[in-house]
Amino acid sequence: MSASVKNLILFATVFAMIPLIAQFQGWNAALFVLNMGLISAIMALGVNLQWGFAGLFNVGIMGFVALGGLAAVLVGMPVTPGAWQAGGFGIVASLFLGALTIGIAIFVAGRMAKGWTRSLVVFGILVVGFLVYRGLFDPSVEAVESIEPALTGYLGGLGLPVILAWPVGGLLAAGAAWIIGKTALGLRSDYLAIATLGIAEIVIAILKNEDWLSRGVKNVVGVPRPVPYEINLQNDPVFVERAAGFGVDAVTASTIYVKLLYCGLFAFVLVLLLWLAQQALNSPWGRMMRAIRDNEVAAEAMGKDVTARHLQVFILGSAICGIAGAMMTTLDGQLTPGTYQPLRFTFLVWVMVIVGGSGNNLGAVLGGMLIYLMWDQGETIGLQVMEWITSGMPDGSGVKAHLIESAAHMRLLTIGVLLLLVLRFSPRGLIPER
Amino acid sequence: MDLLNAIVALSNFVIIPAMAYGSQLALGALGVTLIYGILRFSNFAHGDTMAFGAMVTVLVTWLFQSWGVSLGPLPTALLALPFGILGCMALVLTTDRVVYKFYRAQKAKPVIFVIVSLGVTFVLNGLVRFIIGPDDQRFLDGERFIISARTFREMTGLREGLAFKTTQGITILTAVIVVALLFWFLNRTRTGKSMRAYSDNEDLALLSGINPERVVMITWLIVAGLATIAGVLYGLDKSFKPFTYFQLLLPIFASAIVGGLGNPLGAIAGGFVIAFSEVTVTYAWKKVVTYVLPESMAPDTLVQLLSTDYKLAVSFVILLIVLLVKPTGLFSGKAV
Repeated sequence: MSASVKNLILFATVFAMIPLIAQFQGWNAALFVLNMGLISAIMALGVNLQWGFAGLFNVGIMGFVALGGLAAVLVGMPVTPGAWQAGGFGIVASLFLGALTIGIAIFVAGRMAKGWTRSLVVFGILVVGFLVYRGLFDPSVEAVESIEPALTGYLGGLGLPVILAWPVGGLLAAGAAWIIGKTALGLRSDYLAIATLGIAEIVIAILKNEDWLSRGVKNVVGVPRPVPYEINLQNDPVFVERAAGFGVDAVTASTIYVKLLYCGLFAFVLVLLLWLAQQALNSPWGRMMRAIRDNEVAAEAMGKDVTARHLQVFILGSAICGIAGAMMTTLDGQLTPGTYQPLRFTFLVWVMVIVGGSGNNLGAVLGGMLIYLMWDQGETIGLQVMEWITSGMPDGSGVKAHLIESAAHMRLLTIGVLLLLVLRFSPRGLIPER
Repeated sequence: MDLLNAIVALSNFVIIPAMAYGSQLALGALGVTLIYGILRFSNFAHGDTMAFGAMVTVLVTWLFQSWGVSLGPLPTALLALPFGILGCMALVLTTDRVVYKFYRAQKAKPVIFVIVSLGVTFVLNGLVRFIIGPDDQRFLDGERFIISARTFREMTGLREGLAFKTTQGITILTAVIVVALLFWFLNRTRTGKSMRAYSDNEDLALLSGINPERVVMITWLIVAGLATIAGVLYGLDKSFKPFTYFQLLLPIFASAIVGGLGNPLGAIAGGFVIAFSEVTVTYAWKKVVTYVLPESMAPDTLVQLLSTDYKLAVSFVILLIVLLVKPTGLFSGKAV
């Protein structure tokens, strides 16, 4: 059996699961799984770029995904009336002043001779800069957050079409990746892992606490959509008539129609990125990347700038995760900082890449779809399995109640065991690197 | 008098909590740094190992409490601690046998070990939540305070109270004992010396007849002990919640790196550097400043540099600065 036939069978199996889910849970649920699977595949593609191409270990995927989600809010949401006049410009100015202070401190530190004077001067600059920054920042934030806190209380977005948020999410993630990469790349591989772990936690902390930016745990709801709303479709006589022609009622037809539109958009982005990644993999740049991954010393001896190339590919991969994050928030229609869990958004993506086949773009896409399917279905199946196991136990026993209650945590265990098993027995994954 | 009040307030809100937290971080970072020195990878499962050991301790504590066994004024958890350590030792030896040994035999790259340890994190996380659930668990009993704020005020007549919790006292004392034992073991015993030799130069150690599997096993046993103690102390002092142990990973790694990965002394110093920075940066200084400054200059804000929600950011920023300025850490660890 040739490799391409095998790949075809694998993909066909995964796609065949969608109608199967539809059988049991309806097309609405099945299409939702498909859409999330497509987004997961894009995340996996980004991580594959970092790990599969370059051997970089990023444990902060969650952070980049969340930055993408923030972009959807900042671009798509309408401007909060009066917020910019009240304090928006003050916030931006204070952030700029803060950045300027750090810039001046670094500049001065670079120019002066080492010693006590330098430390004192740099410290003084930082203290003064911090006081000015806080003096401007705090009142501005208060002013913004006091504008109808129950409804807005934040700056709002730019009111642009939400599709624009997708590339912007990529840019935000790329910016964060640049800061991390600049510090941690070129050192031992573990340091990048730890630094990315940190940035992810901090991005989430910022989203949860900076109400002026993202409304914090109050969540931003009603992010505009790139596709029509169901209710409008249901009121559209042409649509209702056409749905009746297919023999479905207007409500079901509208939800499915909207999900299919999303599906088309996501599939387009996925195919585009996949094509780009394949081109990159087979270009001289891709060959150089893999050469660096397989033997850094040899590649360096050949005159390749290992650290710069690593930085490049790290930023690209993170940007793809940011795009996927923006797409996910668009699909959900809301930004809920509380739902970002490292186990779901970092480690699950890792499992996708490794199970699918690190170093192979098709493998990453397959892994993304497959593992998301398993994750989504694992919730119901796990509960059923647990009920089956405990069916022999007497009703009302404490053990039975505990086991059924804990079934949700079995998913973590299963995914962890799966990762360990694949790493051990099939480290090249389902579709190995060629 | 005001200055004295300021000092008392400072000790109460900054120095004592930071000492306790620093001890917990130092114990955690020691475990990370030992694994790094001997097995040569960053163990991402360390936080969840701590959670597992603490969980076993919590369960045994509950058992003792149901039997009515207690230590009087001290928490019953201290009595259960040895069982927690044994449980944790069994766990780490099993994971080493089932998971890590294979990659050691293969001489896999460190980054593979890190990914594998991530898989172990996943499994442990699921296991702990499966057994004890994801919620907060209370297992502290006994006397709450060595000195309570009110007794201190009555004793000294100062306006500020100084509360010294039993858990804080136990944390600091235990940390001192454990660290002293560990250093005695590493520097004075034959096994400890063989461990240091193996960490310094693997090939040379093998040539001189040191059994690597034995060194690895003993390292895991020590790490299990350290992790459980750190986990239980943290749980007693704050509360036991599985997810917080995962979040402790960042400050623990930051401590180990600030001190220099692979250097036990550095891990301790790093733990205190991180703890003190975290507490001082997120503490609202208003009270202390009001005592020190003349009345006319008293601040009307909280004088808090960062809100406590950003305490993770403190360890992260310190980590970035160390990586930029001195990647080998304060005490020159082995890794660049």
